[in-house]
Amino acid sequence: MAIGSVLLGGALGYASVKFRVEGDPLVEKIDAILPQTQCGQCGFPGCKPYAEAIAKGEADINCCPPGGEEGIRKLADLLGREFKPLSGEHGIEKPKSTAVIDENVCIGCTLCIQACPVDAIVGAAKQMHTVIASQCTGCELCLAPCPVNCIAMVPIPETIDNWKWKYPVFAVRKAA
Amino acid sequence: MNVRELFKFTGGVKPASHKAESNQAAIAVAPLSPVLTVPLRQNAGLASRPLVQAGDKVLKGQIIAGPGGSISVAIHAPTSGTVRGIETHPIPHPSGLLSPCVVIEADGEDRWIEHSAVDPYSLPVDELRMRLRDAGVVGLGGAAFPSFVKTQHSPTQDIETLILNGAECEPFITCDDLLMRTKPDEILDGAAILAHIAGAKRIVVGIEDNKPEAVSAMSTAAAKRSGLPIEVIAVPTRYPAGGEKQLIRVLTGIEIPFGKLGPDYGVQCFNVGTACATARALLSGEPMISRLVTVTGNVERPGNFEVRIGTPISDLLKLAEPKADTDRTLMGGPMMGFALPTLDAPLVKATNCILAGSKAMFPPPGPEMPCIRCGSCARACPMDLQPFEMFWFSRAKILGKAQEYHLFDCIECGCCTYVCPSRIPLVDYFRFAKSEIRAREKENEAADAARLRYEFRLEREEREKQEKAAKLAAKAAETKAKLAAAGDADEKKALIAAAMARTQEPKAEEKPSAE
Amino acid sequence: MPSSSPFLRQPASVQLVMLKVLAALLPGIAIYINFFGWAVVVQIAIASVTALLAEALMLTIRKKPVRPFLADGSALVTAWLVALTVPPIAPWWLTMLAVLIAIVIAKHLYGGLGQNPFNPAMVAFCSMIVAYPQLMSQWPAVGFTDFAAQIQAIFGQRHLDAIVMATPLDALRTALHTPEARATVSGVLGSHATFGNIGGKGWEWIALGYLIGGLWLIQQRVITWHVPAAFLGTLCLASLLANLANPDQYAGPVFHMLTGGAMLGAFFIATDPVSGSTTPRGKLIFAAGLALLTWIIRVFGAYPDGIAFATLLMNICVPLIDMHTQPAVFGHKGKAGKEPQR
Repeated sequence: MAIGSVLLGGALGYASVKFRVEGDPLVEKIDAILPQTQCGQCGFPGCKPYAEAIAKGEADINCCPPGGEEGIRKLADLLGREFKPLSGEHGIEKPKSTAVIDENVCIGCTLCIQACPVDAIVGAAKQMHTVIASQCTGCELCLAPCPVNCIAMVPIPETIDNWKWKYPVFAVRKAA
Repeated sequence: MNVRELFKFTGGVKPASHKAESNQAAIAVAPLSPVLTVPLRQNAGLASRPLVQAGDKVLKGQIIAGPGGSISVAIHAPTSGTVRGIETHPIPHPSGLLSPCVVIEADGEDRWIEHSAVDPYSLPVDELRMRLRDAGVVGLGGAAFPSFVKTQHSPTQDIETLILNGAECEPFITCDDLLMRTKPDEILDGAAILAHIAGAKRIVVGIEDNKPEAVSAMSTAAAKRSGLPIEVIAVPTRYPAGGEKQLIRVLTGIEIPFGKLGPDYGVQCFNVGTACATARALLSGEPMISRLVTVTGNVERPGNFEVRIGTPISDLLKLAEPKADTDRTLMGGPMMGFALPTLDAPLVKATNCILAGSKAMFPPPGPEMPCIRCGSCARACPMDLQPFEMFWFSRAKILGKAQEYHLFDCIECGCCTYVCPSRIPLVDYFRFAKSEIRAREKENEAADAARLRYEFRLEREEREKQEKAAKLAAKAAETKAKLAAAGDADEKKALIAAAMARTQEPKAEEKPSAE
Repeated sequence: MPSSSPFLRQPASVQLVMLKVLAALLPGIAIYINFFGWAVVVQIAIASVTALLAEALMLTIRKKPVRPFLADGSALVTAWLVALTVPPIAPWWLTMLAVLIAIVIAKHLYGGLGQNPFNPAMVAFCSMIVAYPQLMSQWPAVGFTDFAAQIQAIFGQRHLDAIVMATPLDALRTALHTPEARATVSGVLGSHATFGNIGGKGWEWIALGYLIGGLWLIQQRVITWHVPAAFLGTLCLASLLANLANPDQYAGPVFHMLTGGAMLGAFFIATDPVSGSTTPRGKLIFAAGLALLTWIIRVFGAYPDGIAFATLLMNICVPLIDMHTQPAVFGHKGKAGKEPQR
């Protein structure tokens, strides 16, 4: 018995050295579910810190408004926790939008450029700025710093490129 | 007609063909509509890039939009007239959404731009490909894939056989049938050119055996020709024998798996209409500005029409005189087509059929019942899939599992829905699941890009901080050294004052001018 | 109005499928009546009415549309199979109870049509044979067709000891399992009054009736050949090998195929699509396993026929079988150009 436990202990110890996983796989998995908006609405400075906090058990899974209900469900699945609705204090789920700068009003102050977490705004001091729509995550962090309120969030319109087939309706209920 | 071993594909169905209604009358030419709306998005791949502006005068056949990318072709004015503008307009698409179109007001003169024929066999094949692209030639079978792309192949691939698809397996549609009966020589001219470009050594034409006139016309034309060996084969009538993968299987026995293309297996497949358009583009210099369209179904005078691209579908439908109880108009056949959300939409290169329908013609299916796993769908599936398993997971939105059951191998032919005793709209679930998965993949890509950019930004901020700290430390050390070197007190004081002034400077610079 | 393709539908429905199954049972039922009298029709009637009422009740409780589901005929198929597997002179309440278990527990508590992992009729049969082994093994003697007496047995208090007889399978096993009797298969089959020359007097003809109905179902493409062929083939092989090894102790294949519920099982029970395997190879494995278990239970077990228990045991294995027998999809059948292995 004692010999067995020593052997097994040794094997476990060896395995932990030999098969050590680089980084923290749980954090990576959680981070992969988070929408990477980097908006900070969860109270953490970005998606990765929030993922780390969830992994440590310091944060709840329902603090991410851009991830929405689906994101919470995926996190609940991954972590084996109970699904709970989005906590209201962190914000509400909104349709996906991108920031648009009203170029007639912009004064070129660069404040929004510094605020953008993904460098999706281009421009220089005293030059007009513009948002690279394809790279904008819709985090809204650029709205507050703008001294002239020239940035608006515009929902992404439905086009032929992003149009999706709808979920079929159940005909049997209608027939009844 | 040669005797040749044919192969079978599993599954398939045999719906009533309804071809006799529309294949009796001769091809009619549709009259010129006063306003033509030419969508910029007409081919699979990227939309074309407009080259005209409001007010421009254009001639028939003039390029009005250039290729918008590597998988894209040019678009031409279908008649002479004035460009009214680039407007958003409904296009034939199941969504009913608007899309940019070049709107041309016809001047009624229908004057051609200068164009000329070339000798395709004297030009390099790459030149021929570019000519096909600039003539706007896309596949006319329904997918509208740019043909010049399909003739390309890597040096390791060797296209042995060029297959001409004249199967036309969808019920009601007869435009390929009529084309093969009336223009077999032109079709084979085009096929020979395509074979020349692709480097194919033989041509095999596959036609469903419910079109004996087309088979004999094509065989006669093929017998007269010299050059590449051409075989005209009647294949058993069974939907979807005209599916590209199914036809290749029937004619050659080769099965092309998902993710592979014909050239990987030495075959390439073109629709007979595409071959005809190729001949027209190179041997007459006429770009793709019109096509043959079947107008049939719940109409008084079904038939085939040569129609300009951009003609309002309502105008075209009127020619066939729809009956009073028509309650829907489909583009394409009843198995794979879709109901047009609006008849305002114009005819595009992909429109092979306009089918008027009524409740009597397409009776609404009974109530949807639960799946009883009877396996009819699996037996009918020409791709050997298990549709009921895919349905189960698509309905539950367990998309990963649906993919494991080869969701993306599905060609949406509709056989499973056709046979389902529970009347489950299986294909609808598959379309939903596919577009949902594609949208999620795009979202994930965007999220990955955002993560990278965010990490890069953090790294950059960190690096800038360190650089600044290093700079300051270097300055401090320098000052210290100078202080040590400097002897008298006055000199020391001056140095300290200068250093202090310098440390203030960058801060002032950093502060943005918010005024 | 559907806005997406296909707009054409084959005139197929669950109702039509179920009606064809019922129709295919008719030849067997006709021969059944010939040998065992009209009592079976009374049982079918009791079972059908109970099934329809139970179905309607459950649909109402589950807030499902009653009409389309009641009309689909699946409850009737279950009811008929229950009625054909209980003895024709079983008391009325036994048949009713069996059908209630099938419809309420085995079907609707699992989610209704298309959701039940176990064959409802077989769940009912197993429950009944565990709960009322005596009543479930009392069969009238072949040729006893006195309708009045049968009605009395079904609805009255009277026990029909005089006319009751064990099924051929039961009689054979009882004889073989009694060591002091020193019975042999040929001895039992030759001497016993219940046994005809082949599968037991009358039984072989009923089995032939089911066979005809089953072949018609294959012709109608309601079922595929896989399940019946694998079932009968395996049963045949198992009994043949055992019979060759020891003809005194093990009955031969012809007896096994034509007695008890073998034909009913092969064409009507094992082919239930909802609770059975769905892939071609899976169907073969499912039916072969089912036949092997049936033979083992028949020969070594304590119950009159093994098909019901074997069905439930194989039903459990279905997800596993299906998972491992997914057919190759187009283009993935090994070498391109080969004929698909089906």
